[in-house]
This record gives sequence, structure tokens and C-alpha cells, in this order.
Amino acid sequence: MNREDIIKPENLVYRRTPVLTDNVMHYCPGCGHGTAHRLVAEVIEEMGIQEKTIGIAPVGCSVLAYNYFEVDMQEAAHGRAPALATAVKRLKPDFFVFSYQGDGDLAAIGTGETIHACNRGENITMIFINNGIYGMTGGQMAPTTLEDMKTSTSPYGRDTSIMGNPLKITELLAQLPGTCYVTRQAVYTPALVRKCKRAIRQAFENQKENKGVSFVEIVSNCNSGWKMTPTAANQWLEENMLPFYPLGDLKVSK
Amino acid sequence: MAKGAIVIDIERCKGCGVCIPACPNKVIALAKKVNNKGYNYLEVQNDNCIGCANCAVVCPDGCITVYRAK
Repeated sequence: MNREDIIKPENLVYRRTPVLTDNVMHYCPGCGHGTAHRLVAEVIEEMGIQEKTIGIAPVGCSVLAYNYFEVDMQEAAHGRAPALATAVKRLKPDFFVFSYQGDGDLAAIGTGETIHACNRGENITMIFINNGIYGMTGGQMAPTTLEDMKTSTSPYGRDTSIMGNPLKITELLAQLPGTCYVTRQAVYTPALVRKCKRAIRQAFENQKENKGVSFVEIVSNCNSGWKMTPTAANQWLEENMLPFYPLGDLKVSK
Repeated sequence: MAKGAIVIDIERCKGCGVCIPACPNKVIALAKKVNNKGYNYLEVQNDNCIGCANCAVVCPDGCITVYRAK
């Protein structure tokens, strides 16, 4: 069968979702942010809620997320996405509200807002991208940086005796009564991407039932910050990040 | 086995190569040429595609459209 015979509209099995804009993303080649954006957009498309979704953009690498989603977006002050999402959801309870944050935004400057939004049990979806480093500002150490991991501010590796321990904020949030669904996913292989999409779908579906915060952590790469090629960074992620940040559901409320 | 085909948005591709290990049939590889941004873009190198969409599913930039003959 010729290539021309296969490339027909009726044979289409996968195409870029129209819930993403045509803008070329500014992320580094191979960055997991692009995949995570696409999954959120695909879930919005599948649920048919494009007109009823409001996203909250963070500060960090994904600060320009509002340029890429074809939904209404609000930009939050650094770390304050859960607080802004709270306000938006309370004013528009019929809308689907999601926040999208990296580890610097959610687990460092925004720890207070994150914990209290989760503890209050706001009916929102939180997407958390954890790559263990501050990507946008030049690869500095983050709270989530692994022990002995080299960054520009821990050039000999993170020494936990003076730099503290890596923060498992997702485990912390799973203990709070306000969260209904807490899960950790990854997006570096096709199987994990498909699984992650199901988790994001569940996190959005929970908003229909007013269950509380649905929290999806995505363990991701930062090949520029880690100073590796994209495929080597994915390999490093599997070997080093996943033993400390194991994948799977941490909390699923009935 | 189903026969598939992919269409790559060459100018959107950043040549990260994340899709290459995702392909079960070694259909795709980075080109020696570069696109307007200077990235070695992805190209199809044989017709063994089965239309599984693994490459498109892992592509961070959504550059790949997948077709599969019924």
C-alpha cells in the first residue's frame, strides 16, 4: 500500500489537538512540559469542556503556558496558582479549573498556598511538574533536587547535612483530608504517557463530583539543567528520579 | 499487520529524538539536514510504519500526525 493511500482523513489515528494553539512552544527540545501540556489539552478536548475550563499559569519555565492552551487562562504571582485557582473556582463553580506548576513554583515559593489549598479541599485540579531543578533561572538547586545531585548552586552535589533533604511534597499532600486524588506519573515513554493521560482525565472528572483537590505530579526531565541530551536525561530520570519519586497512585478516594 | 504512515511537521520539530526509541520498527531517524531553526529534524527512513502512534504520543511538541490503513 502506498503512503498516499494511507494518508487520508478516514485513516487518521493521531493528530495535534486543537485545544493547543499553533504557537511553537519555547521549551527546550525534549522537555516534558510539552508532553504534559498536550495531555491536559487532549483531556479537555475529550471531555468537551474547552469553553468551560480556566487554567492558571505559574511562574517558571511554564510561565507562558497561556500562549499554548486554547482555553481561558490567568497568570498567577509566583507560587500563588492554587490561591488564584481557589478564587476562580469559587466565583465560577461550574467551570473546570486547573493549575499548572513546576517544582520551584509549587514546592518552594508556593508551598504555603499549595498546602492550604489542598487542606481546604478546593475543588480544583493541580498539575505539578517535578524535574528536581530550577530550569528557567539556570539550573539552581530546588527543594526537590535529589541528594548528591549536581546543580549550579550545588556543584559538588546536594549535601543534605547543610542543604536539607529533598522534599516529597506529593506524599505530604496525600495525608491532607482535602485531597481526593493524589498520583505520581511520568511522560517519557509511550506507555507512561497514556497512563498519565488517564490520571489527568480522572483528576478533571473529580471536579464534577466536588470531591476536593485532585493532584497529579509528573516526574519530568530538564535536559538543559541536567546538562544531558534529551534521551540521556530520560534514562537518568528512570535510574535516579524514579527510585526516590516512585510512580503510582498515593491516594484515591472512593 | 496494519500499515501506517506518519506526517512530520518539520519546522515544529526540535530534533530531541525522544520519539526514536519509542518506535518499535525503527522507522524514524534524525535527518542530516536542518530546518529553519537549525535543528536536525525527524524523517521517515523506511516504510515499516504500523501506525501505532507511539512516536506521536511521546513527542513533546506534537509534531507528528499518524494515519493507519483500515
